[in-house]
Amino acid sequence: MIKAILIFNNHGKPRMSKFYEHYTEDTEQQIIRETFHLVSKRDENVCNFLEGGLLIGGSENKLIYRHYATLYFVFCVDSSESELGILDLIQVFVETLDKCFENVCELDLIFHLDKVHNILAEMVMGGMVLETNMSEIITQVEAQGKMEKSERLQDVFVEFSHQDLLDFYNQMEMIQTQLTR
Amino acid sequence: MPAVSKGDGMRGLAVFISDIRNCKSKEAEIKRINKELANIRSKFKGDKALDGYSKKKYVCKLLFIFLLGHDIDFGHMEAVNLLSSNKYTEKQIGYLFISVLVNSNSELIRLINNAIKNDLSSRNPTFMCLALHCIANVGSREMAEAFAGEIPRILVAGDTMDSVKQSAALCLLRLYKTSPDLVLMGEWTSRVVHLLNDQHMGVVTAAISLITCLSQKNPDEFKTCVSLAVSRLSRIVSSASTDLQDYTYYFVPAPWLSCKLLRLLQCYPPPEDGAVKGRLVECLETILNKAQEPPKSKKVQHSNAKNAILFEAISLIIHYDSEPNLLVRACNQLGQFLQHRETNLRYLALESMCTLASSEFSHEAVKTHIETVINALKTERDVSVRQRAADLLYAMCDRSNAKQIVAEMLSYLETADYSIREEMVLKVAILAEKYAVDYSWYVDTILNLIRIAGDYVSEEVWYRVIQIVINRDDVQGYAAKTVFEALQAPACHENMVKVGGYILGEFGNLIAGDPRSSPLVQFNLLHSKFHLCSVPTRALLLSAYIKFINLFPETKSTIQEVLRSDSQIRNSDVELQQRAVEYLKLSSIASTDVLATVLEEMPPFPERESSILAKLKKKKGPGAVSVNELEEGKREGGELNGGGERGGDSSTSAVGSTPSPSADLLGLRAGPPVTAAAPSAGSLLVDVFSEAGVNDDGFLRFVCKNNGVLFENQLLQIGIKSEYRQNLGRMYLFYGNKTSVQFVTFTTTLNVQAKPVEPLIEGGAQVQQVINIECLTDFSDAPLLNIKFRYGGALQNLTLKLPVTINKFFQPTEMASHDFFQRWKQLSLPQQEAQKIFKANHAMDTEVLKAKLLGLGMALLENVDPNPENFVCAGVIQTKAQQVGSLLRLEPNAQAQMYRLTVRSSKDTVSKRLCELLAEQF
Repeated sequence: MIKAILIFNNHGKPRMSKFYEHYTEDTEQQIIRETFHLVSKRDENVCNFLEGGLLIGGSENKLIYRHYATLYFVFCVDSSESELGILDLIQVFVETLDKCFENVCELDLIFHLDKVHNILAEMVMGGMVLETNMSEIITQVEAQGKMEKSERLQDVFVEFSHQDLLDFYNQMEMIQTQLTR
Repeated sequence: MPAVSKGDGMRGLAVFISDIRNCKSKEAEIKRINKELANIRSKFKGDKALDGYSKKKYVCKLLFIFLLGHDIDFGHMEAVNLLSSNKYTEKQIGYLFISVLVNSNSELIRLINNAIKNDLSSRNPTFMCLALHCIANVGSREMAEAFAGEIPRILVAGDTMDSVKQSAALCLLRLYKTSPDLVLMGEWTSRVVHLLNDQHMGVVTAAISLITCLSQKNPDEFKTCVSLAVSRLSRIVSSASTDLQDYTYYFVPAPWLSCKLLRLLQCYPPPEDGAVKGRLVECLETILNKAQEPPKSKKVQHSNAKNAILFEAISLIIHYDSEPNLLVRACNQLGQFLQHRETNLRYLALESMCTLASSEFSHEAVKTHIETVINALKTERDVSVRQRAADLLYAMCDRSNAKQIVAEMLSYLETADYSIREEMVLKVAILAEKYAVDYSWYVDTILNLIRIAGDYVSEEVWYRVIQIVINRDDVQGYAAKTVFEALQAPACHENMVKVGGYILGEFGNLIAGDPRSSPLVQFNLLHSKFHLCSVPTRALLLSAYIKFINLFPETKSTIQEVLRSDSQIRNSDVELQQRAVEYLKLSSIASTDVLATVLEEMPPFPERESSILAKLKKKKGPGAVSVNELEEGKREGGELNGGGERGGDSSTSAVGSTPSPSADLLGLRAGPPVTAAAPSAGSLLVDVFSEAGVNDDGFLRFVCKNNGVLFENQLLQIGIKSEYRQNLGRMYLFYGNKTSVQFVTFTTTLNVQAKPVEPLIEGGAQVQQVINIECLTDFSDAPLLNIKFRYGGALQNLTLKLPVTINKFFQPTEMASHDFFQRWKQLSLPQQEAQKIFKANHAMDTEVLKAKLLGLGMALLENVDPNPENFVCAGVIQTKAQQVGSLLRLEPNAQAQMYRLTVRSSKDTVSKRLCELLAEQF
């Protein structure tokens, strides 16, 4: 099971955190700090796995992480998960973000946190993997985007009643016929 | 076009985030946040009703503030309101807020549940998914109560959309984890298992997590998943990389699902059906073969995915531990990875090899890699990898390579990371002890250990070396010589002083012949360290001094001088002062004969499981110690309600408490008695802290009965009355004073909680104590009852095993012959059965046997076994966590005066324990 998914930048600023087990808010912040401390002091080119910090269960759990440019993506998992599998999952997550945001960067995560959560929710649910197929995930996210857009359009049109619209079109047609004459 | 359009976010939110990012200091940031919080709060409280868009905007801001680490204590109600909006965006943000910020706040949960209920019945797949996500994220008891019945129906319904099925599967899994009692699979089982055959790979991906978890808990009911999993796996493995389209990841078909399928198979023994097994072996071979093929892509993701499957396949092979051919191939493959340039692969190879080392087929093959592993320990840049290498060295160690491995681990210790030193020290100490053929090597190793990593040498380690030296007279002279030399170092660790003080105090005479280590030289050497040591060590040294007086009368005046000095006899520490005064008096009053008797050499310690091993197990949890012979002392996982202090934990610090000096010369007082573990065959050594005093004669008499006398001597009689119902029990203890004198300060301590008992028992009187018992999970160790009281002036101390055994929680189950044999067959895993053949201790009277079996608590089944001589019983053990069904068969052989006892139950520890308990009864 995935216990937590954390994204923070090179300075330890959290950019997204998602815990699948209950901790107090304070502990969550401490876990993020502890994890950053453990992960950030490691060189590049060492292995991507290490034992979890004490707060999140010590050697029972593993931290599996990848470092992309300014961001660390860390998954904290228990022994029932395949390490390399999780590494692939991180890659799928990042590639999906990249497709959804077109060249994702740290700022996208900051300004569209809710969307990052949505994308993640299409992949992982309650600490278990829901879907690994990127195009499936993107299809779902796109469908949501369309729904949002259509709702925004509704917002625009909702101010006109049907009668108003009908009058509006009638007027338009009138004007057009006058012009073509 | 990107799926997430960037420009259309909420302007207010973007401005707020930019503001925060522009804050120059933490204070400025907090100020800006507080301003925003006040703004939002006033908007929420204001008279003007907010529209959906504004609510969404503010909730988003709150989420952002929460992420920055600030407490959010409002907005929950607004979020709940958003749930009932029929606009997707508003509903979605409401659910997001609740998933992130609500944990089980009960008032809100009811409102949330209402919204969820509406969405689940909406037949709008998007809304249903949002609702299912929310349940899975919060997963509280109330939610389980509300939805545990509904979700399986959604999961298996024919008309449910695939995406909803996926969410429903994981949602159900979450509820099962939090409230297993509410999720009743019964009728759904077979349909859930058949999700493995679903057309949609995403559904299979989600369902397999659910099935794996359910199989672990109810292996029998979900057995059919094995053949389905094998055929699914076989279809994936044999498919071309293009067949599975989107589920192909960098040319590897469905790697995630393959891994999960292989994991699921690890919940079961090898398939019995020959065809299924053949197909599976074929799959495993294909996976191993593919590892040797040239890669289809140079991308690291390709090899990553391929190896993920490979490692899971190897784990399965190791789990089966029955195909020597595959095991050797697996071992060779891992051997290749040990030298791979990818650090991740080296790490995983070391880790997998650790488990492989404990298989008898492959132990030798693993050993061939010793040089590579040692090299890894020395040269790896990454501490995670080095730690795995150290673990593997520990696992592959046996008599043939122990010296080499211990030497390597010792030299690694000098540079090892602080985080793993203590564990390394324990491991070195254990290996040195376990494989010591030559005890001078053992002593050298431990002294080296103290020299190199003294701070990390726990008490257990130095206690242990002393026990061993005391018990082995062939090593005593060598030990004395070696510690004497070690103490010459100008700065030596306090632990070294402790060992030195103890050993020279006992065996200094063995090296006193040499003028370079004459008694006075030894004394001066020890005393030169005295002032730098802590109180407990000084106390120990004082005891060593008085021993010197006995060993070497010529040192008497010098030592008396030291004891008499103000710094000793007026020491502010009571313990030191008391020792100084008493030792001084003892040495001046007692005759040589008395001295010689009082200060005699310590008698050998009784044999017991190594306390170091216990410590390592405690540190790493059960299962960490995987070397074959260590199985013996495996820590039993059970616990009784309130059981905090268990056996091994109670070996408290020995020195420095207030012992009476005559009984306890070197301060190595026996700690509170420890669970009387059976002496383990693997350990030749002994332990300081075992007191032979745990009395369990009475204990076994109570396996088949609930009332009677537990203990009796000239002073005290302890009677027991007990009753059990399901997983609860109540026990009355009656303490009877058989004398005509009061017992005062009568106390009992139990390693589970008990109501206190009257501190005073009048002569001839009886007091009563009640203990309530709840069985949380199955257990093997009985709780210990420690009784202390004063009779006359003398302190009496007694430890008894309380006769609470797992069989007390049996509910008898009546069943017909047909049912019995069917269940018997279901419990066919080798570890589920325990069998013992033993000699009859009592007359083989049928009626007596029946009475005993009934007393055991199971139902005695008539007309079940074809042989009327045999007895069969059935029952269910009720624990809080689960119910464990057990079947028993007892076959008496009157001619040979022997019995054969077979117990099968759904949990291996239970079968084992029942068998042990019963074997003593007939």
